[in-house]
Amino acid sequence: MTTEAIKTHAIDISALNRGSKTTNDKFDPCITVQNLNLFYGSKQALHGVNMEMPRKKVTAYIGPSGCGKSTLLRCINRMNDLVDGVTIQGKLLLDGEDIYDKNVNVAALRRRVGMVFQKPNPFPKSIYENVAYGLRIQGVNDRRVLDEIVEKSLRGAALWDEAKDRLNDNALGLSGGQQQRLVIARAIAIEPEVILLDEPASALDPISTLKIEELIDELKEKYTIVIVTHNMQQAARVSDFTAFMYMGELIEFGETSELFTNPAKKQTEDYITGRYG
Amino acid sequence: MDNMIIKQHISRQFNNEMEQIRNKVLAMGGLVEEQVELATKAFMSSDAESAEKVIEQDQLINALEKDIDHECTEIMAKRQPAAFDLRMLIATLKIITDLERIGDEATRIAKMAMRLEGGEFYQDKYFEIEHLLDMVKEMLNGALDSYARTDTEELVAITAQDSKVDREYGSITRQLITQMMEDPRNITRALDVLWTARALERIGDHACNVCEHVIYMVKGKDVRHLSHEELTRTVNETSKIGR
Repeated sequence: MTTEAIKTHAIDISALNRGSKTTNDKFDPCITVQNLNLFYGSKQALHGVNMEMPRKKVTAYIGPSGCGKSTLLRCINRMNDLVDGVTIQGKLLLDGEDIYDKNVNVAALRRRVGMVFQKPNPFPKSIYENVAYGLRIQGVNDRRVLDEIVEKSLRGAALWDEAKDRLNDNALGLSGGQQQRLVIARAIAIEPEVILLDEPASALDPISTLKIEELIDELKEKYTIVIVTHNMQQAARVSDFTAFMYMGELIEFGETSELFTNPAKKQTEDYITGRYG
Repeated sequence: MDNMIIKQHISRQFNNEMEQIRNKVLAMGGLVEEQVELATKAFMSSDAESAEKVIEQDQLINALEKDIDHECTEIMAKRQPAAFDLRMLIATLKIITDLERIGDEATRIAKMAMRLEGGEFYQDKYFEIEHLLDMVKEMLNGALDSYARTDTEELVAITAQDSKVDREYGSITRQLITQMMEDPRNITRALDVLWTARALERIGDHACNVCEHVIYMVKGKDVRHLSHEELTRTVNETSKIGR
């Protein structure tokens, strides 16, 4: 073997680790939860939650039903304000600003923090108008601008190829998985900072679920993502960080790769190995 | 928490499957221990019958390896295990590879024992390896025990024993070299003893590997390729869940 040939086998080992989930990036918090308590009437649903969610990463909340994970998610864009009798104590900072401050414009906040729900909820309009909806509300009516953003958003939501020839068809004619990606396209059309996903794939078939998971991986290039999921394997697959919640408390928060192989708390271990209950 | 296995899965079937794997690994371990002892004794007494039995029984070990491999794969595909369950399966897959290799070493010793038969019979003249046999047997036994009890308490002592085994092997080698230099007629015999000692020393290494896999299983820490001091420190650190 010549020296040349040997050289070609000398692989840069650090290159092999590219794309692996654990990185040594500096932890840059986008959302900070400080001592958050939440009451539905007299019933306390969140107990002193403290957590920092990093920017442009995926954070997953897992935990049994009723543990408060959806409640916590809804705090991030103040969706709980819409529920009667809710009291919230503590702080929730988005880029260092308390979103529960009196001066915060909730509509503006929700533009920065988009949300996608379990059941796809497209408007009974065309695919195009669904995506353009948020922009039209903001007063954008220039067709060229809209065309461009609709295409960009649909591409971003990995729906463009399937939808480009039927942009004027009713969105309700899409399949469930397509509708869910359409809703994501609608959310990213207004360029939020954060995307909240509440069980985004639990009503979908396995292939559509995988497409959504692929999409989440692409979206984190641009957005900070928080996802609630009942499917632990899904949390393990898509997230960089995982928070395990139980009875309204944050039990453990850490890197997903560590939490799923070597959790620090017994309760986490019991839950993820199916020993809970 | 003393023992992870005490708390059961919600799925009883999952429990049974994991339990079955554990039992099979322990059965395989027991068989391997027996093989090592039987082969070495066959070698020391030039007992071809026992040696033949060892060679025959190696098939059982190989079959168990494949069987356990298959079951682990099946659980991973069906149940997506996490945390301790996942680590136990990964550790098990590696442990059975080491056990199978130990089985191969035992077969190697048995084959040498068969060669000796019919030749000049050196009753009690292979005594050099007896002590070595005891040492590696103890290591293997302790490693399997720790696996069964999901416990790392004894593992540091067992891995420390490996350097004693290495020293013993070194001293046997020197002794044999002397014998060979004294009289070339000793060479055949000395080489037989040397190869057997070498096989036992390798068995000690594999037992050490089993210890490392058990540490990974219980503590979630990868202690391979660490110095003995680092290994000791890692094992003694209170693990996250107080195991």
